[in-house]
Amino acid sequence: MSYTSHADLGGEPGHGRVEPEPEGDLWHAPWEARAMALTLAMGASGAWNIDMSRSVRETLPDHAALSYYQIWFAALQKLLLARRLLRRAELHRGHSIDAPLPLARTLRAGDVCATLALGSPTLRVASAPPRFALGDRVRMLRHKAMHHTRLPGYVRGKVGTIERMHGAHVFADAHAHGLGEQPQWLYTVTFDAAQLWGEGSGARHAVSVDAWEPYLEACQDEA
Amino acid sequence: MAQHDATHAPHDHEHSELGEMELRVRALETVLSEKGYIDPLALDVLIDTYQTRIGPRNGAQVVARAWADPEFHAWLMRDATAAMASLGFSGRQGEHMIAVQNTPQRHNMVVCTLCSCYPWPVLGLPPTWYKSAPYRSRAVREPRAVLAEFGVTLPESTDIRVWDSTAEVRYLVIPQRPAGTDGMSEAELAELVTRDSMIGTGQPRASQFGLPKA
Repeated sequence: MSYTSHADLGGEPGHGRVEPEPEGDLWHAPWEARAMALTLAMGASGAWNIDMSRSVRETLPDHAALSYYQIWFAALQKLLLARRLLRRAELHRGHSIDAPLPLARTLRAGDVCATLALGSPTLRVASAPPRFALGDRVRMLRHKAMHHTRLPGYVRGKVGTIERMHGAHVFADAHAHGLGEQPQWLYTVTFDAAQLWGEGSGARHAVSVDAWEPYLEACQDEA
Repeated sequence: MAQHDATHAPHDHEHSELGEMELRVRALETVLSEKGYIDPLALDVLIDTYQTRIGPRNGAQVVARAWADPEFHAWLMRDATAAMASLGFSGRQGEHMIAVQNTPQRHNMVVCTLCSCYPWPVLGLPPTWYKSAPYRSRAVREPRAVLAEFGVTLPESTDIRVWDSTAEVRYLVIPQRPAGTDGMSEAELAELVTRDSMIGTGQPRASQFGLPKA
């Protein structure tokens, strides 16, 4: 099985300048706001979860050619089609043809504030004690995952230090593929930039990622 | 339709492309609405919420309170989720919050290299540059060069700490309180707090308060 994320960009060379933007510029066209709202409203329906959304977005074959909200919109359509909540013919016609399928819930205007304020916390009761403690040296998995993962490529195989512990959280790798929540301990792991980008890079900063326990291996030797 | 007017942007040269997206999004909205999967009024409320109620002015209130109230600051550093909720800021894309404090020795900067994770309850929706390939690829590799593009130059002695938000924990940078702000109210302090200063790509505005006119 092959899986390619087009969204794992950390450290990738060849990208140009960052273009700062004033506060308040949220959307660059009216459709972007509607696409954002449609995505949130359907996300609240329970037909899929946020990890499934991220997985569909990052694997869109034309990801690099699409703008941010075009990615959201394309992923939303793909999720709806895959679950047979609608058909292409309905999109072409611009009207519903088939009877709707049942959904867990429909987000009503009056419930928006409360729903947003609640969010979807991912903290869960841990089923086992943590394998690692603050200050431990750990090595990140070396191999590329053949499924959705939140371990960025630029830290694969690198050695870092556990800086924070966040309790057990819904495991994105499993949750994205419909395998349930499978909560795992979540850690902030910090790396020296020289370790990530090479001693010759001149980089002196530190970078952390938030990593679930299955991404980590114990590492006693080498600093 | 009021929402469409409110979000209108004059990009005439992109009109044909945007026109096509406009039609496709409207078609999808119609289908979903006819099926009863969505309530179109909920879309209006969602858009209005992120335009007027959930944005970086919320985070600015958090920072101003932290600057003004040492007890709140201590709570924020210990349990940011609860401290922010006490000001009414909680929920979607901010369920698990961490506040990180800038000091003369250490400057914090936040990125999401894998997508666009961002603390929505306190900063709202992320700006385009935060979601763009240049920022996401370069912030972890050459943060000083990225900061320079925002007009931020830090002393060589300041350590830079980049937080890549790869799970459901969200980070808010607490910038250093500017000098010359001793007598200011929380509301005045909040005016100095910029969105970018809470991402770590900017500094708060300098205070004009109590300083001699240049």
